[in-house]
Amino acid sequence: MNEKRMLDDQHYETMLAEESLCTKENLVYETPAEALYDTPMHYCPGCGHGVVHRLLAEVIEEMEILHDVIGVAPVGCSVLAYNYLNIDMSEAAHGRASAVATGIKRVLPEKYVFSYQGDGDLAAIGTGETIHTCNRGENVLIIFINNGIYGMTGGQMAPTTLPGMKSTTSPFGRDVDTMGAPLKITDLVAELPGTYYVTRQSVHKPANVRKTKKAIMKGFEYQKLGKGTCFVEVVTNCPSNWKMTPLDSNTWMEENMLPFYPLGDIKVPQKGEN
Amino acid sequence: MAKVKGDIIIDIEKCKGCELCISACPQDGLEKSRQVNKKGYLYVVKIEDNCTGCTNCALVCPDGVLKVYRETKKKKEKVAEITNVTGDITVTVKE
Repeated sequence: MNEKRMLDDQHYETMLAEESLCTKENLVYETPAEALYDTPMHYCPGCGHGVVHRLLAEVIEEMEILHDVIGVAPVGCSVLAYNYLNIDMSEAAHGRASAVATGIKRVLPEKYVFSYQGDGDLAAIGTGETIHTCNRGENVLIIFINNGIYGMTGGQMAPTTLPGMKSTTSPFGRDVDTMGAPLKITDLVAELPGTYYVTRQSVHKPANVRKTKKAIMKGFEYQKLGKGTCFVEVVTNCPSNWKMTPLDSNTWMEENMLPFYPLGDIKVPQKGEN
Repeated sequence: MAKVKGDIIIDIEKCKGCELCISACPQDGLEKSRQVNKKGYLYVVKIEDNCTGCTNCALVCPDGVLKVYRETKKKKEKVAEITNVTGDITVTVKE
């Protein structure tokens, strides 16, 4: 084993090239090439945004709706989502992504429309738009990335920040008495009659990644059937603003975020309904 | 135990060295390099030849740098031998 480690990278690459296993028929997993541009993303190392972008691209390619899908990018870390997804995208003002998605869907009802929003966008400034979009039962898919902090602006406290969690605007930890308790907006929208499918997933482990992909696919399928708003929350990490390494942030997320935001389906279609 | 053989190709220039794939690999077959790539990150390299092509590393990778290959089971091809042919033979090729 030590000998193998001693190999320098050049030797390693030539070894790879000689390997006959890397052929087209043996390929089992590849980053989607059509729906995702082959550019490096601007996200920090270990950020969950990249995984969710890739899953979206995979679902779009598998459902063969590349030319029939319109996305709405939010304001936040994923503001440049249109640089990575090779589909029709629109940008919305801060928090208004679900309202813009509503407009697009009403004008072009045969298209698949989704909005991709973070927690500062969806749960703070866009609470009104989100709740009313879900209440009206607009036929769009809302993807909600929850990492409990404002990432792009430098780690300020978000409505979803956990009690006692330190951020730049709550340096002694979030005090529930003065700052309020975290907002579980996914549970909130699940109570509304307009939503059809509400789920909470994460992307920190391979099994969770597979589940999230299925959830996104279900969201598009229900949209095709015209069932109502589908809401997919993805609990992710923010290594930079939590001031942790990506691995530590995932462990921290499992220990602290997931007990507060338990994973699983919150609202599923009743039997016989679909 | 019959083991499936797999292999991966790493796009080292896109790798940001977050180590998520290293912890996701059930075979402990990945490690960080000792050199940096163009962006200055210590990228990930394969150290063991025990890959099973389970795609766990590629699933958790936020930057999509991994391509996974898995050995497909080869079916034994049966080739019929033709002996003692008399008369005409017509062969139709399916397109």
